[in-house]
Order: sequence, then structure tokens, then C-alpha cells
Amino acid sequence: MPVTVQTFAQASEAAAALSSDRDAFYFGGGTLLMRAVNEGDPRLARMIRTTDASLRQIRTSGSRIEIGAGATMADVLANRELSFLHRAARSVGGPAIRNQATVGGNLFAWTPYGDFTTALLAMEATVSLVGAGEMALDQFLAERDRQPRRLVAALSVARPTATGAFRFHKVSRIKPERTSLMCMAAHLPQSGGRVQGARVAYGGMAETPIRMLAVERALEGATLDEPGIAAALAVVCEGASPATDAIASEWYRREVAPVHLKRMLLGQGN
Amino acid sequence: MAKTPVQFTVNGQPRAVFAEDAQNLLDTLRRDVGDMSPKYGCGQGTCGACTVLIDGEPHLSCLVLAQSCDGQSVETTGGLADGPNLHVLQAAFMEHFAAQCGFCTAGMLMAAKALLDRNPNPSRDDVIEALSGNICRCTGYEPIINAILDAASRGGQRIAGGAVI
Repeated sequence: MPVTVQTFAQASEAAAALSSDRDAFYFGGGTLLMRAVNEGDPRLARMIRTTDASLRQIRTSGSRIEIGAGATMADVLANRELSFLHRAARSVGGPAIRNQATVGGNLFAWTPYGDFTTALLAMEATVSLVGAGEMALDQFLAERDRQPRRLVAALSVARPTATGAFRFHKVSRIKPERTSLMCMAAHLPQSGGRVQGARVAYGGMAETPIRMLAVERALEGATLDEPGIAAALAVVCEGASPATDAIASEWYRREVAPVHLKRMLLGQGN
Repeated sequence: MAKTPVQFTVNGQPRAVFAEDAQNLLDTLRRDVGDMSPKYGCGQGTCGACTVLIDGEPHLSCLVLAQSCDGQSVETTGGLADGPNLHVLQAAFMEHFAAQCGFCTAGMLMAAKALLDRNPNPSRDDVIEALSGNICRCTGYEPIINAILDAASRGGQRIAGGAVI
């Protein structure tokens, strides 16, 4: 059956249409949905899109940075104020994909995709929904597949507390990087040489990118050296539920996770 | 089902087509415009064989909604040569044996053109990064990388009868 596409001038109109049809999908950059169209996915009958330019805006003037859900990875890379996120944005696909893939769409990427979302999760991003307020990104991800379809307007993040406080580490079998075997991101503010308020997230280690709360607790007050991170490495996969897929087995992901967490925490990552 | 009118330029020529709602740009180019140079490889955004430039930037035409291209400028490999005069990238690909089966070549050329248009003097790493979304299963990439670096060293001229003009 042919797939219909409805285009709205205003994001609010698209959001209303989306919420009134549980079977409709929102079309952002197309890197996820056009795959389904090309495959002839029978679940796909109706797509909704908007030409509302406000969804693509990036605002860096306030205390928090706001990235429109329709901003592409290329848009992020073109913005110097977002340099701490460039490593994560550059890890998404090749140049052509980055011209299409959107920040909002990355929230809906199926594992092991969603590298950029993992970075945002470690920065405790909040999600603005068109006409439906704000919520924390971790809550949004936890509810993502159970809630009625909602249109994401923007993501908001604070700036890292210091240069080098934010880290992103992607593990893939091909260079330049392709699909993640796993990825990790951390915001590691320090006071007096000790970590205070660590935030750590993994991608590819559960159904969605997830916060690693046990690792965060273990890093509280720690120094970022081998003795200091030992407790975090001991709980490296606590809360994770990696899958076996074409990229790697669950066993392999669990085996290599401490290696990569150690590299990221010690600043030896990629 | 109603079709959507789409007006755009393809290699500088104005084109008008009627696209089905969810029709992708690749099908539009091949079926409606008659430009067979972009190839359908995976339909997943993985192989890069369908790479075209939209308003100068590389895109995967299998993942682009045709109706979103209204008013835009599309460039394909079909527009690289000027009659018998090959684009310098095409000539360099021939000279460096950068095509074997040739299926990836159209996408490789457009990814390379996007790079050289933006950065006329790329490093080897720049070339590798520019091709990171394009898969070749024949050459092992080295001849392609060498061809692009050679083309960059020659500037943007086209080739007539094997000679740079």
C-alpha cells in the first residue's frame, strides 16, 4: 500500500496530526524512515512532516544551549559553540548522512545507533515537546516506545563545566567509524582533583542509550587515575543489558566494556 | 493517489516531475528524469552508491524524499563531463584504475566532488573521511584515494582526449 505524506507549515500542526494518529510516523531527516519506505515496511502507512524552520534553529546565547530537533549533525558540526559535541556528531555516519540525520531523529534510532543521544544523555539534556512541555532525556527514552507519538521541538543542554570535562568514546570495527559496537559518554566535573557530579551514559548496551548510575556513584569523589576508577570498573555493566546482534555478541560487549570505560575515564580514548 | 509536483534543477537543467508521496529522489532521478547515473545499492543509507549533491552538499538520494527537493539544485555524476571532456575526477579514476565493477563509482565521484568543491587541497585523511559513507567492495579504496588526491593536485580542469585543458 502506498505511504502517504502530509506536510505542515507549522510544527504545532504536525504535532496535532501526530498525536491524533497512533500509526503515523514523524519524518525528520529521513535516514531512519526512508529505509523503512525502501524496505516496504508494512507498519508504515502515513508519514507527517513539517517545513517549520524554527525546528532547525540552534540557540547558544542563553545559559543553556538549545538545539532544534530538526538541526542536522552537519549543523552541529558547523557551530563552534557546540564543539564539545563535535566528536559525537562526527561519529554519526558519513558526510552525506550527517547532512540529513537530525538531532531529534537520533532520539528514535534503534540500538546500536543513537551515538549522539548518548552524548546528550551524559550532559543531562532535557527534551522540549511541541505543545507538551519539557522532560529529562533519560525519562523520555525510558517512555519512548510506550507513549503516544509526540513531536520533539528541541534539546537543551548546559555547557560542560570545563574543557575536557566532557568525554565521548565510540567503539566500532571500521575506521573511519561506522556502526557502534558501543559508545560511552561522560561529564566529569572535578573539584580539588576529585570528581563531583559524574554523569555517564552508554549507547549500544541496552534498548536505548542509558545512564550508568552505578558507575556514576562509584566515580563520586574519585580521582581520575587507575586506583581512583577501579570501583567504577567493577560495576561497569551494572544496569546494562547488551544484546547479541550482527555487530557483536552480548558476551563480547560485556568483556570489552571495562577496557573502553577505562580508556575514556583516563583520557586515553579516541 | 495524488502526486506532488516537484520542480528542481538536475545538473543545471530545470526539471518538473510528479512524485508519489513517499517517492525517493533516487527513483525520481532514474525513472522520471532519466538520469541513470546514481545507483540503487542498499536502499539503507549504508553503501553511498546513490550519492548526489543537493545545493552543493552530498546526500544519499535513496533516503531523500523527492518532494523535499522542490526548488533545489541536484547534481549527479551524469553532469560531470562536458560532452567528450571528462571531469578531472573521472579522468583520474580511469588513470588510477579506481573502478573495477564500477557500481560504487558514481557515488564515489560525487562524494569526492563535494570534498574538492569545499577543500581543493585535501589531505589523505580528508579524503578518507569524505569517503567514509561510501563502500567499495572491489578496489580496497587505495586507487580511489590516490585518484582523488591526483585530481586535487591537477585543479578543477576537465580532460579532452587524455590531456588536461
